[in-house]
Amino acid sequence: MLETIPVDWIWGLIGGLMIGLGGAVYLLANGRIMGASGIIGGLVDRSGLDTWKERVVFLAGVFLLPIPLYPMYRAVDTHITSNIAVIVAAGLLVGIGTRIANGCTSGHGVCGISRLSLRGLVATVFYIMAGGFAVIIFRHMLGWV
Amino acid sequence: MRLIYAFIAGGLFGAGLFISGMTDTSKVQGWLDVFGNWDPTLAFVMGGAIIPMAIAWRFVPGRKPLVGGAFPTPPEPRLGRNLVLGSVMFGFGWGLAGLCPGPSIASLTYGGVNHWIFVAAMLVGMLLAPKVRSLLDSMEKSSALDTQTPAE
Repeated sequence: MLETIPVDWIWGLIGGLMIGLGGAVYLLANGRIMGASGIIGGLVDRSGLDTWKERVVFLAGVFLLPIPLYPMYRAVDTHITSNIAVIVAAGLLVGIGTRIANGCTSGHGVCGISRLSLRGLVATVFYIMAGGFAVIIFRHMLGWV
Repeated sequence: MRLIYAFIAGGLFGAGLFISGMTDTSKVQGWLDVFGNWDPTLAFVMGGAIIPMAIAWRFVPGRKPLVGGAFPTPPEPRLGRNLVLGSVMFGFGWGLAGLCPGPSIASLTYGGVNHWIFVAAMLVGMLLAPKVRSLLDSMEKSSALDTQTPAE
């Protein structure tokens, strides 16, 4: 167990560099901030329909590119909970929360912090703290997830 | 060209999420589980992603994007209630399922039907968000205790 942990860190760093490179391409080539919730949300609430092609093509890349990489990764299992009520509640909270806060892990976290945005930093602190509380409550106290 | 770049960016994003293990909900919940079996992988992913982005931001001042147009405006300095409240809601959902918007899309091809259910619920949430936002605004107007001004 112990010797597998640093490998995960290295894969995390490599994957992270790729995520940042994707954000750099989206910024320098297209002039856009790579925020997943903003790209999706602009399609859902029609506020970003004028750039729908760019958004859809971006999401197609996110959706498709993991497929050829399946053999690279040790386990494709995502370990998602089988509790449908928890999944629906979590999805609703993520959808509403990211749109009200105007960003998620990619927009506020990666793109915001890297430009030293106070909003990005504050949002990141709050969603990590809230996520920590959710795990304490629902894993350690209630044992749901 | 704009669409080709968008596909490359999305592809790098999706592939990076996959390789980093961030579509594995147990690794995300492991990061948030400070008092349990804490897993620091997410910090390496975040750190790794911030490096190229920080370099990219340095090229922005005084230039234009490759395909033309304009770069995003500098970040809004005001914090405001929506930023905090929205982030708390988002974080709570993130901790519950171990998924945020990017990885939820990246994992659709291999995560099984539960990932599609999550994304469907997330899209509904995004549809409801403007209503929740105006609800919050009306609550704020009727509250004498709250002295903050709406941010967005």
